[in-house]
Amino acid sequence: MRGRMWKLAIYLFLLGFILNLLGIVTHVVVSSFAKRWFGKPLPPAFTTDWFTYAWREFELSHVLFITLFIALAVVFIALAIGFPAAYVLARRNFNAKPILLLLYFLPLLIPQMTYGIPLATTLYGFGVGGTVLGVILAVLVPMVPLAVFILLPFFEQISLNLEWSAQMLGASRLQIFRRILLPLMLPGILTAGLLVLVNTISNFELAFLLAGGGSQTLVVALYYNVFAGGVRPVYSIDAMAVIYMCTVLSVLLVALRFVRPTQMVFRLDGKRN
Amino acid sequence: MARIRSDSRSELDLVAILCLVPSLLYVLAMFVYPFLYGIYISLQPKKRDAGMFSNYVAFFNDAYQYNTIKTTFMLALPTTIAVVLVALFLAYGMRRGIWFERTITTILVLPISLGVVFLSEGILGFYGHNGWLNQLLIAAGLIENPLELTHNSIGVTFSLFMQNFPFCFLMLLGYISGIDPSLESSARMLGAGPWTIFRRVMFPLIAPGLIIAFALVFVMSFAVFPSAVMVGQPAGSTRTISIAAYQQAFEQYDMSYASAIAVIMGLCQLAALVVIVLVRRRMTIATTMGVGKR
Repeated sequence: MRGRMWKLAIYLFLLGFILNLLGIVTHVVVSSFAKRWFGKPLPPAFTTDWFTYAWREFELSHVLFITLFIALAVVFIALAIGFPAAYVLARRNFNAKPILLLLYFLPLLIPQMTYGIPLATTLYGFGVGGTVLGVILAVLVPMVPLAVFILLPFFEQISLNLEWSAQMLGASRLQIFRRILLPLMLPGILTAGLLVLVNTISNFELAFLLAGGGSQTLVVALYYNVFAGGVRPVYSIDAMAVIYMCTVLSVLLVALRFVRPTQMVFRLDGKRN
Repeated sequence: MARIRSDSRSELDLVAILCLVPSLLYVLAMFVYPFLYGIYISLQPKKRDAGMFSNYVAFFNDAYQYNTIKTTFMLALPTTIAVVLVALFLAYGMRRGIWFERTITTILVLPISLGVVFLSEGILGFYGHNGWLNQLLIAAGLIENPLELTHNSIGVTFSLFMQNFPFCFLMLLGYISGIDPSLESSARMLGAGPWTIFRRVMFPLIAPGLIIAFALVFVMSFAVFPSAVMVGQPAGSTRTISIAAYQQAFEQYDMSYASAIAVIMGLCQLAALVVIVLVRRRMTIATTMGVGKR
């Protein structure tokens, strides 16, 4: 009896959560198609004009291009410098390793707003603040550790014996990397790449602190337009928000096809204990 | 594995060092250096003749500024407790699987893809003065005047809940479903009821993961910025410490003062984390005692 009540409570909560989420999402979607909407349950007339308006007025093609460029650059650099570091951290043992792990863990643990402000000060001081380069450099700070911590357990799953046998058969380091590690690490690289991609697109604080006129990512541009107060019709902002959601959702759905989030978090946790 | 085989001998050779250097340099240059630089410039106030700590003194002498600490704690703490409790309840209930598990997990993760602006717009629309919820409640005759759920701390708490809940839930679900089911079965065989199983067997095992989740959610909630501006009342009841820091940096262009506020914010988070770690230690002692008694 008690067990059944328990299950019922869980389903009721889920129902509430889904209804609430549905309400929030539907409201924005309906509003983005509304001609005008005030105080009524539904808008009297619908239009798709706000999408064309948002696309033109907010220069969305440019913003989307910048967002994609920044995200891909961050993914590439994070993987390029995170991959070798994760390999060494998974395979070798040395005295400074706990300190190093802590150092990599800190940017993930400390909120971005806290180190974002001194980081922005520094980068503006070097003249890269407000540029695309500045945004990439700043967003990479938490993404490099993220890539390292995602790749780490994947390396640990690959038996060291494979590397030893390859070495015994006369393979060079480069051959071991290209023929053994790279193919076996493909799922890990994919996982890390997709999660870094999703996180970069949705990163707000760091991109916001470093973005200038031409280097705004989609989230940041969206945020600024909310405050362009009075000038921007709320429907056009909602249209832009819908475009944002569709972009991230498609990336996230691709990610979920390859990655089981629960499994991965657990592996990360198991590692730390 | 390499780690087991080797004694504490260092295994760093040239190649390994070369592998580590790029990322290490990056973290040092872009994280550690700005951090230290931030502390340094916070001690170099804009007014040259003022003392080294004048920014900090100014902060703690100005109620408008130091009250942001209280505001932030009052937002972050209840949100964190709610997120962790609900996530624990749900993850514990789902530990042995549930109907449509994959679909439900996907739905619970969805808010991540909405982004903070979408979420804020939706909350403003749905829960706002003229929103669907109020219209529905009025139409049903449950209330006469619309509830004020947005542009105050309720709205921000709500927005934070939606943002942080998915992460916390995923962490706890992974953690709890990793616990060996035979422990629970043996407890049941020995005659323990569901509540005893939770309290004596499962909770001590979940506690470490719970503490980590609590710390992460708290730290994320403490830094709340965009939702406090959009759903809240950034000049009044939800003026959090990150808004204060942002205003100093990009509205007053006083990077020194802004860095001082960022340092204070970091210290507050650190203090909270220390408390959490201390609580954890107490809890661990309690559980080992419990095991020892049996």
